Amino acid sequence: MALVSVKDLHKSFGELEVLKGIDLEIEAGEVVSIIGRSGSGKSTLLRCLNQLERHDWGTIHLADQRLDGGAMSPGELSQNVGMVFQSFNLFPHKTVIENVMLAPVVVKQTPKAEARRIAEQVLDKVGMSEKVDAYPAQLSGGQQQRVAIARALAMNPKVLLCDEVTSALDPELVGEVLRVLEDLAREGMTLILVTHEMTFARDVSHRVVFMHQGRIHESGDPQTLFTQPRTPELKQFIASVV
Amino acid sequence: MTDFTLWDIVRNLLLAGRWTVVLSLIAFAGGAIVGLALTLLRMGGLKPIRWLIRLYVDLFQGTPLLMQLFLAYFGAAVLGFDVSAWTAASVALTLFTSAFLCDIWRGCVEAVPSGQWQASRVLGLNYLQSMRHVILPQALRLAVPPTVGFSVQVIKGTALASVIGFVELTKAGTMLNNAAFAPFTIFALVAFGYFILCYPLSRYARHLEKKLYGAGIR
Repeated sequence: MALVSVKDLHKSFGELEVLKGIDLEIEAGEVVSIIGRSGSGKSTLLRCLNQLERHDWGTIHLADQRLDGGAMSPGELSQNVGMVFQSFNLFPHKTVIENVMLAPVVVKQTPKAEARRIAEQVLDKVGMSEKVDAYPAQLSGGQQQRVAIARALAMNPKVLLCDEVTSALDPELVGEVLRVLEDLAREGMTLILVTHEMTFARDVSHRVVFMHQGRIHESGDPQTLFTQPRTPELKQFIASVV
Repeated sequence: MTDFTLWDIVRNLLLAGRWTVVLSLIAFAGGAIVGLALTLLRMGGLKPIRWLIRLYVDLFQGTPLLMQLFLAYFGAAVLGFDVSAWTAASVALTLFTSAFLCDIWRGCVEAVPSGQWQASRVLGLNYLQSMRHVILPQALRLAVPPTVGFSVQVIKGTALASVIGFVELTKAGTMLNNAAFAPFTIFALVAFGYFILCYPLSRYARHLEKKLYGAGIR
């Protein structure tokens, strides 16, 4: 039984059909990288997985449970699917630890002391325990993104979605964020990443999905996919990014 | 004709100036309460409610405050309500202020980046929780400078209450001038009175704006 199971997903923005029937199964503990040109629908697919976008057709299941179409409340969703954004989206008026504690306290109604313990634990995991009382504006981009990862982990989700999480970072800060993701992958976290980091996609993910014009054009294990692309579109894409 | 000393004039203006201050405070406090309620309803309410509030805001922004005062005073009398100049001025200025504050505050809520809504939603917060913990605290910081800035408009707006016979700074100036006929002195003093009230607020608004930029919000 796959952990995430997407069937025949369609999504249009007005006249523009962005997803033209996506089928995707992801096992627990799997790390899947979604690559493709901008406009290929990869971010939309990711945003459908936690219902930030409502799709028009198709179903999404998590384990055995239906996830889409209002079957799960935002509160339930957040405890199943976490998300990290390209632009971090930390709450600027809250300190690092307050950012991480907010959802457990407000949504899960975890007692403050317990929430603080969880927050310290996840912040330690991303190497940010020194900065618990700092405000986001006082941190570098890489540090902010690590806090954003910790904030998502504090809800203890089964899947973590990462939407181009290194794209807004200065090159020298990319490594620290990728290392955190690598650690999570090693611990068995299920990760679905939309990424432009081809080296990371190749070295860390178990499977790479190449999207083209709203469809999954090709997918497979990273070694084969990158060294022996079957379709001309993927060949071209790899040539343009590597 | 009796002779007025400068002190006579100043004393009378100061006495009337109290009512300018009181009316400004009533208008601002009332306007803030009504404005806040309208802002929240407008952000979360149903479509017809939102439409009604927009109409309300457009009406008060699109008509002169003077006409609003006339309607509150003479219009109410025509409808059979016996309202004092006090009541009419308080009501008109409160409604006028609420319409502007509602619009200023809506802008501040909308100025909070959409990424903040998305992050709250992904973390499982519902609309009210997102508003309370994430959006409003940020909107509030954005709102303070323009709100303080607008309070200056409210103070100057109270001058119009003189035309319905409300004796505040401007009306007192006109009355004194009728008796003493020293228009330059008297109206310069009246203007100075408003300046004394408004200038510190303008300065404070500018200071707050700088502080906000310094904090790196926005």
